[in-house]
Amino acid sequence: MATILTRVRRTGRRADRSDRKAPPEAARPAPVPERSDVPPLDIAPTDPLLAYLQSSPGPVDVEKLPLDSPALEQMRTMGLRLVVPLVAQGELIGLLNLGPRLSEQEYSTDDRKLLENLAAQAAPAVRVAQLVREQEAEARRRERVEHELQVAQLIQQNFLPKTTPDLPGWQVAAYYQPQRAVGGDFYDFIDLPEGHMGLVIGDVTDKGVPAALVMAATRSVLRAAAPRLIAPSEVLARVNDIMCPDMPPNMFVTCLYGVLDPRTGHFRYSNAGHNLPYTRTEDGVVEFRATGLPLGLMADMTYEEKEADLGPGQTMLLSSDGLVEAHSPDGEMFGFPRLRQLMAEHPGGISLLDHLLAELRRFTGPGWDQEDDVTLVTLWRASTLPMSHEEAGAAAQTQGEATAPTDREESRVLADFSLPSVSGNERLAMDRVTEAVADVQIDDSRRERLKTAVSEAAMNAIEHGNKFQAELPVAVMVSVNGRDLSVRITDHGGGRQIPEAETPDLDAKLEGLQTPRGWGLFLIKNMVDEMHVTSDDTHHTVDLVLHLDEAEGGEP
Amino acid sequence: MSSQQFQGEIRQRAGAAVLDLTGDIDGNAEQALRALYAEATAGGPATVVLNFEAVNYINSTGIALIVGLLAEARKARRAVLAIGLSPHYQEIFQVTRLADFMPMFADEESALAGAASPATTS
Repeated sequence: MATILTRVRRTGRRADRSDRKAPPEAARPAPVPERSDVPPLDIAPTDPLLAYLQSSPGPVDVEKLPLDSPALEQMRTMGLRLVVPLVAQGELIGLLNLGPRLSEQEYSTDDRKLLENLAAQAAPAVRVAQLVREQEAEARRRERVEHELQVAQLIQQNFLPKTTPDLPGWQVAAYYQPQRAVGGDFYDFIDLPEGHMGLVIGDVTDKGVPAALVMAATRSVLRAAAPRLIAPSEVLARVNDIMCPDMPPNMFVTCLYGVLDPRTGHFRYSNAGHNLPYTRTEDGVVEFRATGLPLGLMADMTYEEKEADLGPGQTMLLSSDGLVEAHSPDGEMFGFPRLRQLMAEHPGGISLLDHLLAELRRFTGPGWDQEDDVTLVTLWRASTLPMSHEEAGAAAQTQGEATAPTDREESRVLADFSLPSVSGNERLAMDRVTEAVADVQIDDSRRERLKTAVSEAAMNAIEHGNKFQAELPVAVMVSVNGRDLSVRITDHGGGRQIPEAETPDLDAKLEGLQTPRGWGLFLIKNMVDEMHVTSDDTHHTVDLVLHLDEAEGGEP
Repeated sequence: MSSQQFQGEIRQRAGAAVLDLTGDIDGNAEQALRALYAEATAGGPATVVLNFEAVNYINSTGIALIVGLLAEARKARRAVLAIGLSPHYQEIFQVTRLADFMPMFADEESALAGAASPATTS
């Protein structure tokens, strides 16, 4: 009887006989016991037999081995006579176990030599078989994980908004990048009575299918509660009470829920332990603070409810941990202070989202191993530009009143982007504006003039405003209403004196009395119908306006 | 419209050097344009014709470069003429008054003939 112990565990050292091979020629085939009849053989890690077999060059006589070993005793009880270690790459991977010869003679020297050769050849083959089996098991495990992620992804994809809402006078943008195939972040936009919009951003503390299921449940409960209860504090309290009994252990959900009135910019919100929304005002970056514990931790919680007003031109940012908790290659964390600083420097608009992502990429460097989901949602209340100074004054007086703008005055944003301050990007700004106004009906000569004006203004912003510091963006916004086509170009050169667009003295330049340069501002002024330059402590802004006369018809 | 590197070629025609300009006339064109002008005027032509037909983009720095050439030509009492300008750049040359010192012509033959057939500005 010969049995191969196909596996000696690297940990635990349990050896079981799960396969058997034909005996060497010297041992005649005989009725072998059924596999279930062969009891498993355990060799404890501390058993001295292990070390002996590991170093033994060939067959070992079970009866004659002078070792105090429980495993050896067990072998003797089982009637084994010879064991032949199977060693591959210095590791004991199994044993070839033999009972007495059927002829009842002792194993001869030839038998032993034959067994030694057999073991030498069998060991690598057994090792290969073990590796194949391990790999198959690993492949099956991966397949299961992959399948699980696909299921979770399906759930996730079905429960994240397919589009951002189309709110008159607002631009809403969202970005979601899961850490693995599926993360725990979510966001949602909910249509509410009276044209209000419910805004949700949340984070489930886990990943994969469990997180996806909790996310889906939270979203469904929120969607059911939101239109009925309206008040954000009541909605979160209700969701928490429903979620609490069924929440899996060690899981909870951070969630911010707010209700926006798009006509007035009024925003009511409550927060269940989620990151605070930010907005930039004239007084600097403001946090929307409201206290409350995450959902699913404890029943009967109450949530503080706060209010804020988002004025024209203001942008609100909602984010998840993935941004602020990202690390640089040096181990530095992105952090809230950096986010605040970026918000303070950026003029806002939907280009804020692109700007933050560009900063995140710059901070983490290439080949970033994303640590958590990254979710960003921005809501930008489009300013009513272009407006004359008189209109701006009137608007300031009526700010806060929910007056619906007429179609003619309503401004539509055609493009909103930012570019690094690198020489040559003025051409890119020009091309992107050209693309944005492709459908606006203006004649070719005015289109060409606008291109020149944009190129010149962008070049000034890159060179004079941002002084070629690539990390400082030049923000460009193109908007149109029934009357005007406007391009707003903003740089970080605030606090400097606004230069006058004087007519260059060409005679003096040709005489060599003046530098040949100095045409930019003059060209801009002559290429557009209106040019307005404004500056605060941080930013410098040029508004270029082309009047769309009746003959041109304005928008298509 | 992507940017295009500035290049130029010189053709000599009866007392005039014709400079066929290609690409963008902006800050990047400075060295090449100056070198081209220096080479074209080495033989002392009375007239220089700048052919803008293959130029798609001129910015304020490019205008300054042309002003520089014009100042140099005036010192040497050399006439500079422009041909092949698009309607938009004809307008810019008029707005900047460059056209006052660098007459614009519809084509090379008119320019060389000194014919008074200035290009229309559409």
